[in-house]
Amino acid sequence: MIPELGHFALIVALLLALTQAVLPLVGAQRGNLTLMAVARPAAQGQFVFVALAFACLAYSFLTNDFSVDNVARNSFSQLPEVYRITATWGSHEGSMLLWVLMLAFWTTAVSVFSRHLPDDMVARVIGVMGLISIGFIAFLLTTSNPFERLLPAAPDGRDMNPLLQDWGMIIHPPMLYMGYVGFAVAFAFAIAALISGRLDAAWARWSRPWTTVAWAFLTLGIVLGAWWAYRELGWGGWWFWDPTENASFMPWIAGTALIHSLAVTEKRGAFKAWTVLLALTAFSLSLLGTFLVRSGVLSSVHAFATDPARGAFILGFLAVAIGGSLVLFAWRAPRMLTGGAFNWFSREAMLLANNVILLAALGSVLLGTLYPLLMDALGMGKISVGPPYFNAVFVPLMAPALFLMGIGPLTRWKDASLPDMVGRLKWALAIAVATGFLLPLTMKGFNPWATLGFFLSVWIVLSVLIGFRERLKNSGRLGNLPRAFWGMQLAHLGLAWGIAGITLVANYQQERDVRMNVGDHTELAGYTFTFKGTSEHPGPNYRAARGTVDVSKGGKLLFTLHPEKRIYNASGMPMTEAAIHPDFFRDVYVALGEPLDEQATTWAVRVFHKPFINWLWLGALLMVIGGFLAASDRRYRIAVKSVVPAGAAAQGA
Amino acid sequence: MKRWIPLIVFAVLVGFFAKGLFLNPREVPSPFIGKPAPAFKLPVVGVADKSFSPDDMKGKVWLLNVWAPWCVSCRQEHGVLMALSQSQKVPIVGLNWKDKEREAEQLLAEHGSPYFAVPDDRSGKTGIDYGVTGTPETYVIDQTGIIRMKHVGPISPDVWKEKFEPKLKELGA
Repeated sequence: MIPELGHFALIVALLLALTQAVLPLVGAQRGNLTLMAVARPAAQGQFVFVALAFACLAYSFLTNDFSVDNVARNSFSQLPEVYRITATWGSHEGSMLLWVLMLAFWTTAVSVFSRHLPDDMVARVIGVMGLISIGFIAFLLTTSNPFERLLPAAPDGRDMNPLLQDWGMIIHPPMLYMGYVGFAVAFAFAIAALISGRLDAAWARWSRPWTTVAWAFLTLGIVLGAWWAYRELGWGGWWFWDPTENASFMPWIAGTALIHSLAVTEKRGAFKAWTVLLALTAFSLSLLGTFLVRSGVLSSVHAFATDPARGAFILGFLAVAIGGSLVLFAWRAPRMLTGGAFNWFSREAMLLANNVILLAALGSVLLGTLYPLLMDALGMGKISVGPPYFNAVFVPLMAPALFLMGIGPLTRWKDASLPDMVGRLKWALAIAVATGFLLPLTMKGFNPWATLGFFLSVWIVLSVLIGFRERLKNSGRLGNLPRAFWGMQLAHLGLAWGIAGITLVANYQQERDVRMNVGDHTELAGYTFTFKGTSEHPGPNYRAARGTVDVSKGGKLLFTLHPEKRIYNASGMPMTEAAIHPDFFRDVYVALGEPLDEQATTWAVRVFHKPFINWLWLGALLMVIGGFLAASDRRYRIAVKSVVPAGAAAQGA
Repeated sequence: MKRWIPLIVFAVLVGFFAKGLFLNPREVPSPFIGKPAPAFKLPVVGVADKSFSPDDMKGKVWLLNVWAPWCVSCRQEHGVLMALSQSQKVPIVGLNWKDKEREAEQLLAEHGSPYFAVPDDRSGKTGIDYGVTGTPETYVIDQTGIIRMKHVGPISPDVWKEKFEPKLKELGA
């Protein structure tokens, strides 16, 4: 009964989405206020019904209703409760329902936080989001019904993919989707602006906080994914340039470019067409990512169900949504007047360079991700593109962007003076260069990658400090600085922190794979690891061989780690559960490989010393905080009153 | 004209995607199925002066698993292969494909080797003879040296149960 209720709720949600899309868009076109007023209640109603459908699915998972096909395939009676809830979005159908729920949530948020916007703008934005909702709910109902019954019911489920049974996975998908889907708001604002022809600074100001919040969520989602891969895959790596990872990384790069480009459009009225195109691109890449992951056109370590009907549906939707918006763009682009002129050395020029580099990096990731598909489609054979390509192309492309990041925020709008800038930054540059060259010498000798990494992170940190000092000269107290400034600086600082972490862990990590019998020792980075053997350790839905490894330094026992090798009951899938002792300066990471003898007393054991890896997570977290802080700047809340007439004036123009 | 560029680029991409939908990256209809396994003679990783040739396996049903130390999916598959090799159902030969950095020997010493033998196809030529498109790929070869099945992508316990077990049973392994 409950699954049918969920199915029914989803159908109602589709009807509400139709209402939400058609009536307000028609109303906005005709200037009919009654029709436009449908937008908010329809969007909120759609959210309620999608949430109801989602709750029904979660209920089916929670109560182990194995007469629902989706539950039978992705859950298990022995699965712990918290994972039964996360299993709701562990499957293809469930994750698409989460997608729809997030979209409805964002639409509702727009309907609530848009009191200050002109009615036709709100109607169009919500209407466009309704169009996207229609596509995805129809996709669910026609090709991926999460409530499909299985008759007769399965006696038990086939269990959730053991890889996903980790608490990083509890919050990773919702955060990632919040980001992915959040770009729909910027997309809808861009489309609404294109339809109305009202592309001005006010438009940029309205979309900015939404874009920044979506970006912050996406950052969080991606980092949680990396953190999950680090702990769960048991190989100590955190980024594999896998198509699924790239699918989330590409919208992130486009979103980062969009945030910076929006700043120029809001402050200077320049780059309008470019900004609109980026807003379309960021969301298009979210859709593309959904297509790539869901259709199975690319093989990936994250094996999701593949079904050509689903792929064809999403591709059709992609063609209509993205193609349609690009046609609209091409049609309206001549109407967009370019903003104020600027000198080659100015804040605008710096941000333009940032955008160009980010897009080049985006192109390289897109090419690497799609290359196997392109070659295959051209009949030129099947190949795979691996991390060597991405590392060789992406890192050198991003380095100049990071260097400019140290200069851009200190540069004046419109026209800046290069000699003046050299004067302000010469010490920072000298210190950064010196650190870059000297710091590696104190460790393992000269290393160009370490030099580059240290140089860039020190350079950015110093530039942020200079930024604070110069702003304080004007406004006196830290508390007087606007949140947008704080947000930007914290995000930049977070990136520098993360780069320092990446540089240190990539160049100075130590690992050792050893064959260990009970009582054997091994040394790594000054720590002594003693293998005390393994014991049987039954889990709720798996059996584990649980190892005990004592870690000591200078004869003194520091801590004991318990890495596990699990065999999941339902699937028989083996999983490595690494044991990590985290610290601000390093992780000690132990993973059990395979038993090397019959009695399982000798094991292949992997030990890692990962210096400063946590700086990577902390730096990313700082970027997220920076994003939220910037989005909460008071000018987005207060200045709105004065913005409305400006928007109206532009309409008349 | 400039304003149409994004649309044109996108249209080209959609064309590729549409074509890509009908190509399955995992299921490559191999022209080699039912044909004799291409002959080769390659040095064996980790054992000096020893070489491996498919002829060595005559009379047995065996698996040729094409892998590489740099391949992430292979690592995922490694645990499953280890379990299979311990149950000793069928010998697995691990063709070490394009291992330019020569990492295989160390990797297998450290993580355990599920393989009966590891021929070293550093140039990748043997892999091409077999129509390898990406790692991991696994071929089932029968007693007379005929390729009977090919699987693209990592072997999971499910894949093993649904695809390999019936085939091996049929071949009497």
